[in-house]
Formats: sequence, C-alpha cells, structure tokens
Amino acid sequence: MNTSTSAARSKSNEERKTIRAERLKLLRRNKAFLVGAVILGFWIFIAAFGSFIAPHAYDAMDFMAVSKKPSSRYLFGTNKLGQDVFSRVLAGTQLIVWMSFTATALGTIVGGSLGLAAGYFKGWFDIILMRILEAISAIPVLIVALLAIAALDGQSSSITVGVIGFVFAPNIARTVRAAVLSEAELEYVAAARLRAERTPHILFKEILPNVLPPIIVEFTVRLGYAIFAIATLSFLGAGVETGSPNWGSQISENWAYIFSNIWWPTLFPAAAIASLAVSVNLISDGLLEVFEV
Amino acid sequence: MHETMTVSKVRGILTNLVKMIVVLFLVTFGITVLVRLLPGDPVSTLLPFGSPEQLDALRAELGLDKNVFQYYFSWLGDFVRGDFGTYYSTTADGGTPVSSMIAQTLPRTLLLMLYTTFVSLAFSIPLGILLAYRAQTRLDKTVSNVLFGLSSIPNFAIGLALAYLLGVKLDLLNPVGYIPISEGLGEHIKSMIMPVISLSLGTIATFTRLLRVDTISTLKEDFVTMASSKGLSNRWILWRHVFRPSSLTLLTSAALTMASLIGGAVVIESVFALNGFGMFLAMSIAVRQYLAIQSLVALVAIAFILFNLIVDVFYAVIDPRVRNHRGA
Repeated sequence: MNTSTSAARSKSNEERKTIRAERLKLLRRNKAFLVGAVILGFWIFIAAFGSFIAPHAYDAMDFMAVSKKPSSRYLFGTNKLGQDVFSRVLAGTQLIVWMSFTATALGTIVGGSLGLAAGYFKGWFDIILMRILEAISAIPVLIVALLAIAALDGQSSSITVGVIGFVFAPNIARTVRAAVLSEAELEYVAAARLRAERTPHILFKEILPNVLPPIIVEFTVRLGYAIFAIATLSFLGAGVETGSPNWGSQISENWAYIFSNIWWPTLFPAAAIASLAVSVNLISDGLLEVFEV
Repeated sequence: MHETMTVSKVRGILTNLVKMIVVLFLVTFGITVLVRLLPGDPVSTLLPFGSPEQLDALRAELGLDKNVFQYYFSWLGDFVRGDFGTYYSTTADGGTPVSSMIAQTLPRTLLLMLYTTFVSLAFSIPLGILLAYRAQTRLDKTVSNVLFGLSSIPNFAIGLALAYLLGVKLDLLNPVGYIPISEGLGEHIKSMIMPVISLSLGTIATFTRLLRVDTISTLKEDFVTMASSKGLSNRWILWRHVFRPSSLTLLTSAALTMASLIGGAVVIESVFALNGFGMFLAMSIAVRQYLAIQSLVALVAIAFILFNLIVDVFYAVIDPRVRNHRGA
C-alpha cells in the first residue's frame, strides 16, 4: 500500500497531474463516493435555497394546529407549539451545514498548520506541541466542548463552531505531522533547502501539496464527527440560541412527546442528521479507497 | 509471551508513562485555566443566600483569593490525598463531598462501559472474521453496508428510536432510570439493555470494520497459506493463526472506546436517566461546581491514560513481527 503512494510522491509536476487525473477518474467510478456526493449535494442545495422552499416561517406558530400529524398542509406535521416541522428541518439544514463545514475547516487549517510545523521542525517545538495536543484529546470531545462553551459563556453557534474547530485540531495535526515526518526526509525537500527557499515556501509550496490526500480524507472524517458533535451539543442545549431550529435542539425539545405517540417532530430531524452523516461518511470512505492513505 | 517483554519494550512503556504524566499535568492545569475563566461570581451561584462572611469563607475555601498557580497546586495537593472537594448546595449542610457522589455515579458508568464493550466485542469479533473470510461476497457487502449506515446515526437518535419502539410500541421495557444489581439482577439488566444497545451499535460497526480489514490482510500472508496447505481446518486456522495478529487495531480501538465512555456517555446517560458519571460531570459544568469539575476531569484524564498504557502493554506482548509489519 505504502510503496505505491511514496512512488506517487516523486515530485515532477507532470506526474502529479496524471496522478490527480487518475484519482478523479477512480472517484467518478466509486459508488460510495458518488452516492455520498449526491446526498450531500442535496443537503447543500437545501441549505442554500431552503428558505425559498419552506412553506411557513420556521418560528411561526399556528395555535389551531398543535402537534398535528403530517398532512398536505404540514408535510412533516407540527410540533407542540404549532410550528411546521418541515420548515424547521429546512431552516436547521442551513445551520448544521455552515456550522459543521466552518468548524471542520477551522480545525483543519489550525491543526494542519501545527502539524506541518511540528513534523518539519521536530525537536522541542514538536515535543511540547504534541503533549499539549495529547492533553486536549485526553478528555472526551463533548466534555471539552461543554466546558469551553461554559467558560466563554457561549450560547451562540459561532462560539460552538470555534470550540469544535479547536477540539478537532489535535487529531488533524497528528495526521498531518505523521505525513510530513516521512515527507521531510525526501530529496525534494533537501533540494528546496539547498536552493535556500524560505521555510514558509518549503512548508506550503513544497510539502503541503504532497500531504494533501491525508488532509482531505481527515477533513471529511472530521466533518462527519462535527455533524455528530453539533447535533449532540444542541441536543444537550449547549452552544445554541434558544428557539433555534437546530436539528439537535428540535429533537431535545420534542422527544418526550414520542411517548404519547407524537413521533414526527423527533423523527424527521433525526433522519436528517443520519442522512447527512451517512453522506459525509460515504464520501470519506470513497476518498479513502481512492487515495489509499 | 514472557520472553517478549524485553528491556527495550519496558523502557518504551516507561517513556510513554512519563509522557503521559506530563500530559496529565497539562490537562489538569488547562482545566484550571478554563474553570477560572468561567463567567460570573461562582460563590454567589453556589451559595445564593449566603451572608458576606460565608461568601468570603467559601471564596477562601475554593482558593479564589489566590492566583491560578497557587490555586492549581492547592487543588492538586488535595486531589492526590484523595480529597476531591465539595459539591456545594444550598441545603443546610452546605454540600456533599465530591468523592461520595463519585461513589454513587461512577459504578453505573463503569458497568455501562463494561457491558457495552463486552456486547460490542461479542458481536464484532465473529462478525469481522466471518466478513473477512467471505470478503466481497453478497453477505459481506450487505452486512458491511448495514453496519456502515448504523454507525452514521448519532447514538442519542438510536436511543430515542429504541425508547419509542421497545418502550412505547412494544411496551417491553420502560426507560425508567438505573436499577442497581442489589434490587434484582433481572431488573438491573432490563434497565441497562437500551442504553447498552444504543452505545453498542456504533462501536460494533467500527470494531467489525477494523477487524475485517486487518483479517483480510492477514489472510494474504504466507503463514496462512502454509497452515492451510498443511491441511489444518479453516476454523482452526482462523482462530489460532489469523485472529491474534489481526486483533491489534481492534484492541486499541476497544481500549480507547472504553476510556471515552467515562464521561463521554453523557448523552445516553441523560436520555435513559442513568445519573452516571458523565451526567454528574455535565451537571457540575452547568452549575459551575469548580472543585467537582477539576477533580472529575482529572479522573477522566487518568482513565484515558490508563487505557493508553494498557494498549502499550498489548502491543509489547503481541508478536513483534506483527507489530513491525503493521508499522505500529
């Protein structure tokens, strides 16, 4: 497995291009990736245009129609406040999509840069940084996030995004560091050093393109976790504005009613979370197969 | 097995131990900083009806009149002596020792963790080996896809679905909270079935997947061909020759999953009203119980480190060729 990838890392630009073209071809034939991409595309579309599709305002209450079963007027039924569950699921899409993407991107940028630096400089910087990152990952993500949200007094989505990005950074840093460690030994890096290239150039222009595959895979894996983390935190009522149509909040507000057989305000957001998570996992699975990292 | 514990391995484990102790200091100090960042005056939250003298006394007791470092070391001193602090409340006695609340909540979480791990391994080990043995058949593909789907559902959603199906629709189990073994083994098991299934489905999927992949690559090794050319039965080969070298990643993942359930099972604990350790920690964070937060998080970190050490020992004990081969 490893021999093919390290051969693939011989550094001419031409070769890099053919490898990229080949991988794209493989991806286009990869069933898991395609199915995942279609579902994720659907959710991104809903996130972008959901507010135009929604038949009702997500927070509009119809007191004449409280906890009504799904019908043609209310596709997914209404909750205990007479709010349209369909419109709320649509509104929640936008929240979870931007939150999970931003949080993961943040974690990838921060963790990726730290990992690059740690793998390249090694020595004390590496040792100290790794211990700090291990310390962060010694506690379950959820607990760190709950604490950080409490410490920042953050009942807001943007603070949650920042916290999740921060909590995910260590894992990404570790993946990138491991890739860079083996990469930094290779000739092209020594050559760049001989040419007296500046360190940022070596890190970002020389090494980074060659460690992109594991970073991309790690990004999609973390994206799946971010969706879980955001759903779970909002289920626990942490880091969300009150009355937010976040999928997790909708579930926590309505699940007690499933015992009186009012399942729809809980089931639809739950199914939405699951399908979004499945799509992201399918994509990372497909990428993993193609990149062989 | 005994000869394999060489000096260099022991040294490796010791090095890791030192690293982990450093990590432990970092975790606990980091938590101190976070806790000190918590907004609002904790003293008036803890004792809303206290007189100014009582508030000052509590402030001194919590060490809030000291700087972060003094505060940290006074907490650490108490912690290593087994004094985990007080969980303050507005009742007349002023609070409960954190340690006695741990004694109440931790056993539930530990049982939940043990059952979950046991159930997960009991299903994923035979399943993983079977799927590897039948790799790329319809059975493999179907089961793998189902497991993949299951692992993509957050465990609280599985928990709610179970509560609805088993509790409401079929009326088999009531999500009524935790029942200790002392009140009857049957009732105890009944109270744990739904939480354990909710937590296990995802881990069964992960474990099976890991074991399947590793077993497939072991099956390609020469010694397996060798064993089957000697005419050994397939079942014998799978269990005696293939399982052990294929189980490294699985064991690592199992140990880390166990560690993460201490504190990380908070959602399932709250869905099924188990009042476990995770809920206790989440509650302490929500109501700003400084000392409880510090001590509980320290315990979580210690558990994480212990399980990591166990993994290290596993790696040292298992066949070194496998270890080098897998590049662990």
